[in-house]
Amino acid sequence: MTFRSRLVPLPINNIDTDQIIPARFLKTISKQGLDRQLFYDWRYDAQGQPKPDFILNQPRAQGAHVLLAGDNFGCGSSREHAPWALTQFGFRAVISTSFADIFKQNSLKNALLPIVVPPEVHGALLQLEPDAAITVDLATQSVTLPDGRQVEFPIDPFSKHCLLEGVDELGYILKNESAIAAYEAHRVGSVNTLA
Amino acid sequence: MPPRTIIEKLWDAHVVHEQSGAPTLLYIDLHLVHEVTSPQAFQGLRDRGLKVRRPDLTIATADHSTPTTDPALPIVDEIAAKQVAQLLTNCRDFGIQCYGRGSQRQGIVHVIGPELGLTQPGMTVVCGDSHTATHGALGALAFGIGTSEVEHVLATQCLLQRKSRTFQVQVDGALRPGVTAKDIILALIAQIGIGGGTASIFEYRGSAIRALSMEQRMTVCNMSIEGGARAGMVAPDDTTFEYIAGRPFAPQGAAWDAAVARWKQLPSDEGAAYDRTVTIDANQLEPMITYGTNPGMGMPITASLPEPALVADPLHRDSIAKALRYMDLEGGKPLLGHPVNVVFIGSCTNSRISDLRSAASLLKGRKVNPGVRVMVVPGSQQVKRQAEAEGLPEIFRAAGCDWREPGCSMCIAMNGDQLQPGEYSVSTSNRNFEGRQGKGGRTFLASPLTAAAAALTGVVTDVRTLL
Ligand code: SF4
Repeated sequence: MTFRSRLVPLPINNIDTDQIIPARFLKTISKQGLDRQLFYDWRYDAQGQPKPDFILNQPRAQGAHVLLAGDNFGCGSSREHAPWALTQFGFRAVISTSFADIFKQNSLKNALLPIVVPPEVHGALLQLEPDAAITVDLATQSVTLPDGRQVEFPIDPFSKHCLLEGVDELGYILKNESAIAAYEAHRVGSVNTLA
Repeated sequence: MPPRTIIEKLWDAHVVHEQSGAPTLLYIDLHLVHEVTSPQAFQGLRDRGLKVRRPDLTIATADHSTPTTDPALPIVDEIAAKQVAQLLTNCRDFGIQCYGRGSQRQGIVHVIGPELGLTQPGMTVVCGDSHTATHGALGALAFGIGTSEVEHVLATQCLLQRKSRTFQVQVDGALRPGVTAKDIILALIAQIGIGGGTASIFEYRGSAIRALSMEQRMTVCNMSIEGGARAGMVAPDDTTFEYIAGRPFAPQGAAWDAAVARWKQLPSDEGAAYDRTVTIDANQLEPMITYGTNPGMGMPITASLPEPALVADPLHRDSIAKALRYMDLEGGKPLLGHPVNVVFIGSCTNSRISDLRSAASLLKGRKVNPGVRVMVVPGSQQVKRQAEAEGLPEIFRAAGCDWREPGCSMCIAMNGDQLQPGEYSVSTSNRNFEGRQGKGGRTFLASPLTAAAAALTGVVTDVRTLL
């Protein structure tokens, strides 16, 4: 998993999932068709027209795969619609100084890389020219800046393995059927409280 | 064995399988399902030809996109109607008990779990909803998950999980009049920030927590996610056991005695170590209110708004400036006396019977300010019935409030209950994000008492002046 992309900077701290996709769009029963709803209330005016000053409406966002966000990205609601909307828009990674837990898990399950970098690297990325591209490589867990500087990022080894090898997590859990059955058989206490 | 926290005890008791290089496979005792985060998970099961492994450990309800109007009427919003209908279809097809619209047991998922006795100490509880932490008040390890994980639990009753850090929140002292459980949690989040508990699980401890009722503990645990934590817990004690006894799904007879004996083993061992500790002095707490666009932007109600110019960190300064702009507030000024258009009393944070009693105690025999629209939304059908038995709807209606059917309502504004652009509300819910309660709406989060005070005066008010 290697890709090159311009950055879409959205340097705001604590961007919550209600901003990423407002709740009124969660009445859908499908995973599809969420790209237009991404950042809807920041992106469109009351008439549904694109706001020209919002970054996703600007040329540099078109075809870009990397969002550069502020600290604690994805806080709030657990809605997986957030990574669905981000990936459907075309994002393959979000770079920040930290991520909220549930968002991070949801992203990894949707091949959206939550890349944590130190504040000084974050600052350097924010200074890049609009056209500058970086390279993200999952195998080496690295981001390469235009000046050639390589920055490593942490990622859960199991998620990395699943993403690189195309392992499906549910399939992996299902293979543990005998361990699950054994646990249920030996469980002390009240597994059966609803029966 | 070295001394363990309750968090570690619950974790250890639910490990199904460990394999190096992979997260732990953890067993889930109770899976709660609602209409918004489950349809894609059920579709995933259909696509793979899988069944729900333990329908007997799975319970569904409709709350989020469900109207708070008469359940005998059809749902006007076609998309919401389809979503609610899909939940019923999914539950029927997969053999899951659903307390949907029209059921005597319907309600907000985090209200009905404890109230039906489904949530019990020592359990692992999950739901596709970040406020699942609420159930931790009963000494359960309860956390929110995404829709992919909902599918995993439906299919296998298990989740792949990494251990979280343990975070002790020590609250000692006695709350003063007018100060509530909501103020404890708003004060914690203001202190540590909304990312402060990331990758952690809170254990709330101390004399002030012990003194809280079960429902008050739920209010505290509910907002653990607003402090960034996966979960929040209170070790079970007699308050917990008394609360659970006799509820529909509570163990009975000999099974009850055995359960209580097990539950008494759960509290953290003497000397157990935590990765982090913060302390809060309950004696010093004042009624709290949020002023900004995340729950960490909170302050004592008598305080002045922060001045962005005085904040050193540039991104933090921008956040506060952006929030004040959105809220149309001026740094350095007090919030007391600020006009309010709407008051919302409800949500999984504060819609239980004690919350309604608390608001009613202030509203009784008084009239709400004519400029304010006040919505009171009970958390469940059972809360509604109890309130009716106590004559609370009459008190609310006589005061000029709108008494509605149970559901999430204006907490998330998915069902038509919402703020108009520019309106200010004092809400007892848990999130004040931009547009959370309606596009362009502006939310001040506070306790039911503080909300009721604003309803009476039409402005942000220190409830202690009305007691
Ligand atoms: S009341 Fe609000 S926070 Fe609670 S479950 Fe419903 S939408 Fe979520």
